[in-house]
Amino acid sequence: MENIKSLITSNMQKFGMIIALVGIIILFQILTGGTLLTPLNVTNIIMQNGYIIILAIGMMIIIITGEIDLSVGSVCAFIGAIAGILMASADVPVFIGVIACLLVGVLIGVWQGFWVAFVGIPSFVVTLAGMLLFRGLTLVVLGGQTLAPFPDSYRGISSAFLPDVFAGGELRLLTIIIGIAASLLYVTYEIRQRKVASFYSFKVPSFGFFALKIAVIILVINSFMFVLAQYQGVPVILLILIALIIGYTFVMNKTILGRHIYAVGGNMKAAQLSGVKTKKMKFLAFVNMGILSAIAGIVFSARLNAATPQAGQLFELDAIAAAVIGGASFTGGVGTIFGAVIGALVMGVLNNGMSLMGIGTDWQQAIKGLVLLGAVAFDVVNKNKGNS
Amino acid sequence: MDQYLLEMRHITKTFPGVKALDDVNIKVKTGAIHALIGENGAGKSTLMKVLSGVHPYGTYEGDILFKGKECHFKSINESESQGIVIIHQELALIPELSIAENIFLGNEQASRGILNWNETIRHTIDLLKKVRLDVDPLEKVKNIGVGKQQLVEIAKALSKNVDLLILDEPTASLNEEDSANLLELLREFQTQGMTSILISHKLKELLSISTDFTILRDGQTVADLHPEEEEVTQDKIIKHMVGRDLSNLYPERHASIGDIKFEIRDWQVDHPLQPDKKMLKDINFNVRSGEVVGFAGLMGAGRTELAMSIFGKSFGKNIQGEAWKDGQKIDVGTVNKAIENRLAYVSEDRKEYGLILMDSVRKNLSIANLKGLSHRNILNLNEEVTLAESLQKRMNIKTPTIEQTTGNLSGGNQQKVVLGKWINTDPDVLILDEPTRGIDVGAKYEIYKIINELAESGKSIIVISSELPELLGISDRIYTINDGEITGEANADETDQEKLMTMMTHSREASV
Repeated sequence: MENIKSLITSNMQKFGMIIALVGIIILFQILTGGTLLTPLNVTNIIMQNGYIIILAIGMMIIIITGEIDLSVGSVCAFIGAIAGILMASADVPVFIGVIACLLVGVLIGVWQGFWVAFVGIPSFVVTLAGMLLFRGLTLVVLGGQTLAPFPDSYRGISSAFLPDVFAGGELRLLTIIIGIAASLLYVTYEIRQRKVASFYSFKVPSFGFFALKIAVIILVINSFMFVLAQYQGVPVILLILIALIIGYTFVMNKTILGRHIYAVGGNMKAAQLSGVKTKKMKFLAFVNMGILSAIAGIVFSARLNAATPQAGQLFELDAIAAAVIGGASFTGGVGTIFGAVIGALVMGVLNNGMSLMGIGTDWQQAIKGLVLLGAVAFDVVNKNKGNS
Repeated sequence: MDQYLLEMRHITKTFPGVKALDDVNIKVKTGAIHALIGENGAGKSTLMKVLSGVHPYGTYEGDILFKGKECHFKSINESESQGIVIIHQELALIPELSIAENIFLGNEQASRGILNWNETIRHTIDLLKKVRLDVDPLEKVKNIGVGKQQLVEIAKALSKNVDLLILDEPTASLNEEDSANLLELLREFQTQGMTSILISHKLKELLSISTDFTILRDGQTVADLHPEEEEVTQDKIIKHMVGRDLSNLYPERHASIGDIKFEIRDWQVDHPLQPDKKMLKDINFNVRSGEVVGFAGLMGAGRTELAMSIFGKSFGKNIQGEAWKDGQKIDVGTVNKAIENRLAYVSEDRKEYGLILMDSVRKNLSIANLKGLSHRNILNLNEEVTLAESLQKRMNIKTPTIEQTTGNLSGGNQQKVVLGKWINTDPDVLILDEPTRGIDVGAKYEIYKIINELAESGKSIIVISSELPELLGISDRIYTINDGEITGEANADETDQEKLMTMMTHSREASV
């Protein structure tokens, strides 16, 4: 009995946010009378929230180093404006235009990272200044106008689907096949990990648990793909998101760089005395945030099919909320990329579900605020319990 | 009127794994200036924390009688309301507030939440007169010197109707003139009937002013000396402070000492914030391979500053001088270069500078040498687990698994993690700063054994410690350091604690 209890409490912390996400999904599925999980709407949720997930990944890394970035919304708008000038007004080829936008993102990250890491100005101040600066520059660049439309290939980043090579009937066969392929890859990966672990003669979880875990994940992947297949298949944006999630998870968990970023946030002084280049790590976190803000800016302007001066307002708060719901701590040193994604999905499903119910943006904001507070309070109370 | 203002009887205080106070007794006469003496870690501060309620009633055993009444203080507020005020070594003033605001912080002169500035200033002027400080009450605290700040602290204490004033190392950061002023002031308060307890390392000062002496060692009262009954001398005090049985506390050691491995020449370091103040002057020393060299010095003598300035210039400004290893000049300008040159520094403050407490034992053990676990910057997490497990075995780190959060380990085991982390970088020269601070006797012994093993494998070890018996027990050679200068050098088997204590207080005593 004690064992079961401790198993539940220890997993509550680990899976708490996943449980919360599932809970919210079920809640809205009921409240919207089943509209939430229709193929059309699931596709919509992904396409609407791509930019939040991208920003949440970058924000998570910033918060892990113990900093904050308030400028991401303005940076998104500024990048959108530059994309508009290059590709909506002028006829710069989309490929070159996108590269140019990413480079501007890098420069913005270098600018903010320089002030935070090397001059030592608190990131709150630097990025608050950045919030005003880049919002202002957006207005300057656009001259207060909205630029539209973008070329089709640019819009495709946010609105296209993988072509259905096997012209099936109701179902997009390619999507089903991708789901099966992903499942196979996952199973091979897990089996290899287990083999390596036994090579090092580590303890591995029992075979039953191992099989159950694989079964659950395969079920999730394939039912998700099955739902997508009933609409238009796999959106391009989903591939971008999956590549970012896997890439950043790898960097944060399996590279020296990632370990050093956690160390900086965990205890800066101890990290420095262990040979970690603490300033460089903070600088890199901001450069990375600049790049991800640029990607989010591209994704958002492509979806809107316009560059507008008001784009990206309050994105920073969505991103911070997603990171915090996903387990980030403002003292730094903790948090995972996976957590950020879950947090972003919680925000996304809330947005989408409440819109479906016809709740106005006024109440949406208020409810999101309460959910944010509640999620963190739950976490804090849980941790305090663990300590006493 | 009782003869004794304060009696603390049979006080015992245990921290997890350590008995900090073991049946301590102290009696303070009304109107006395009572000196409380002991080495660092002897239990002085813990005793004062028990008295003031920082360690609340119920967390210790024994009785406290103040003004003849038994007291059960649960917080500092309760002890202060009875008239017991402590002034800590690190001043608790807020630099950006004025003197008047600081004095009445938490005790504001106000009615219905609105400050009465006239009352505040009037009282402040009175209090400043009492401590003979002639400054504007509205001056910000950061604009007056340390000596005057100390007086402001005392004025603050006086504002609380203090009956027993406890001063923890009040003159540690003061110059000669300010120290003399402060002592004069204490004597004056004494004639007005105030009682004080004075904690200090400066024996000469204590001898000139105190009326009673209580000496603590290893959490026990070892002597009560009264000048009216017997002559109290510095030698007598030192003997009580350090006199302990050394047998069996230190593992046996077979030193085979080779050539000079590491050498520091003409090392000079300026204070990081006050560029005109030299923290370290003309430091020269060397370590041979297979040798354990001790650095003895009182708190604030510059030991840690020396170690950190050598290790990647992590302390101080305008560092001059040369570091040599194996007959070649080396660059220790950054932590990475120091590590590349096979130097390691184990900090005295393992929680602040040594460990990432929220991370696992595994991650802490590998952090200083991730290169050794990676290929093209990609970590091999399985190798990391193997490494961490082998270090855990080698250092005998007691933890359920290497995935345990480091903050949950005991002090001794945390210290082993820090040591393990540096052993993993395979250093030639290890600088260990207070390697056994705050850990129990058993864990100390294990750390000594590790030090011996490292020395026997040809490494050079530098140990900084406040505990003289420890230095004598494990070192081959000892340098003493005081006020930023090396004041002596001796072979461990040709010296003893009293000689060392004389050397390490040498220039300081001469200047008082």
